[in-house]
Amino acid sequence: MNPQWIEVCAADEIDLEDVVRFDHGEKTFAVYRTDKDEFYTTDGFCTHAQVHLADGLVMGEIIECPKHNGRFNCASGQAIRKPAIVPLKTYPTKIENGNVYIEIEL
Amino acid sequence: MNTQFAKRDYSLTGPEAQRAEDNGLVSANWYASTIPRKRLKQLMRRKDGPAIRDTVIWVVALVSTGYLAFLSWGTWWAIPAFAVYGVLYGSTSDSRWHECSHGTAFKTSWMNDLVYNIASFILFRNPIAWRWSHARHHTDTIIIGRDPEILAPRPPDIKGMMLNLFYIKGGPTGLGKIVANSFGRLSDEDKDFVPEEEWSGACMVARVHLLIHALVIFWALKIGSILPLMFVSFPIFYGAWLTVVFAITQHAGLAENVLDHRLNTRTIYMNPIFRFLYWNMNYHVEHHMFPLVPYHALPELHEEMKNDTPKPYKGLIQAYREIIPALIKQTKYPGYFVKRELPEGASLFPGSEGLETGRADYP
Ligand code: FES
Repeated sequence: MNPQWIEVCAADEIDLEDVVRFDHGEKTFAVYRTDKDEFYTTDGFCTHAQVHLADGLVMGEIIECPKHNGRFNCASGQAIRKPAIVPLKTYPTKIENGNVYIEIEL
Repeated sequence: MNTQFAKRDYSLTGPEAQRAEDNGLVSANWYASTIPRKRLKQLMRRKDGPAIRDTVIWVVALVSTGYLAFLSWGTWWAIPAFAVYGVLYGSTSDSRWHECSHGTAFKTSWMNDLVYNIASFILFRNPIAWRWSHARHHTDTIIIGRDPEILAPRPPDIKGMMLNLFYIKGGPTGLGKIVANSFGRLSDEDKDFVPEEEWSGACMVARVHLLIHALVIFWALKIGSILPLMFVSFPIFYGAWLTVVFAITQHAGLAENVLDHRLNTRTIYMNPIFRFLYWNMNYHVEHHMFPLVPYHALPELHEEMKNDTPKPYKGLIQAYREIIPALIKQTKYPGYFVKRELPEGASLFPGSEGLETGRADYP
């Protein structure tokens, strides 16, 4: 396994307090921009069911899942509201030259 | 063509659960109307204001009608006073329970949790088990063998539904579950959707509910009057009828086993008083499609998506003009259901073409 930085999109393509879906190979990710202009990445699917978190609502550092209102902290991946119980996997995220990059294993 | 309606087992532990799985109906993708992301984000935005205002009105109305009921106890005036108090307590709590279970009514989490737990107590519902039950209802809405909240299985038990206006079926069942939970037992059905790590918490909270009811009974015995029970434990029997009237309209008589809430759910226009009591749950298609939108934004959401959904009903009367004959027909022809007309140009969502429970076993 070889960790690599992958370009996602221009940073300003993600609104403040919002999330976008990013598919790479077989995997899907959710890339967040918080109200404090911080960027984070987690697995794209909720851990409760196969639902894209990118359709959910970002509130500060919290992402609320669009299906059953389960919540996660998008910085730590921690599940903070049921029915979400299992934490999300998180990925290192950086901004370089105005673009968002995430580090994933290839 | 097969004209026979195979008898369905609506339990979550029977063969229909496997059948739903085999047919790709479990945790499936559901149709959602297209709403621009920016607009949807506005609609999903949380606020404390509307729910605090509505809760203050609710509590003030409860306390005032409760006080009038207390003063009029022993006179004929107690009947209307308790009738109003009962609806505010036993019916209105259901919509509060529902919105707060989604965590969308208030912006502040503890407010949602507080109202949710109080409403659960009023409604004889285990707050932990029901949180999971309702999540399942949203995952697999009206999917036979999966959805634990189907109110009108086919053929419908119309007598039972009418008795339930006085919670005669739901009350003892709910209370029985609370008692069983407090002795550490969960039904197999509950175990199907409540994860194991939640079982002990569910039993603990049931003990607290039971203890409160026991204290109220003790108080009533001590003073030799049922008055305390009339305020706390009994309103569910004499005051929950309005919630049953509302709840039946949500899905009864419509398609089963489809992956499109436009076909298995009703949106009904209601007057402002009903909408206050029901917290806008009359916009039920909208709620199911976008459960992150709080109740106070549902009328706006309705405006955004009404061109993509079947015509809403003009009111409860129009809805019941459809529901009552449909349920009566289903007692004889369980394959019958009301097929909702999608707007012109709208296509059926994949997985809904078959409408598999709607076979021609009826004239
Ligand atoms: S699918 Fe995310 S909370 Fe259920």
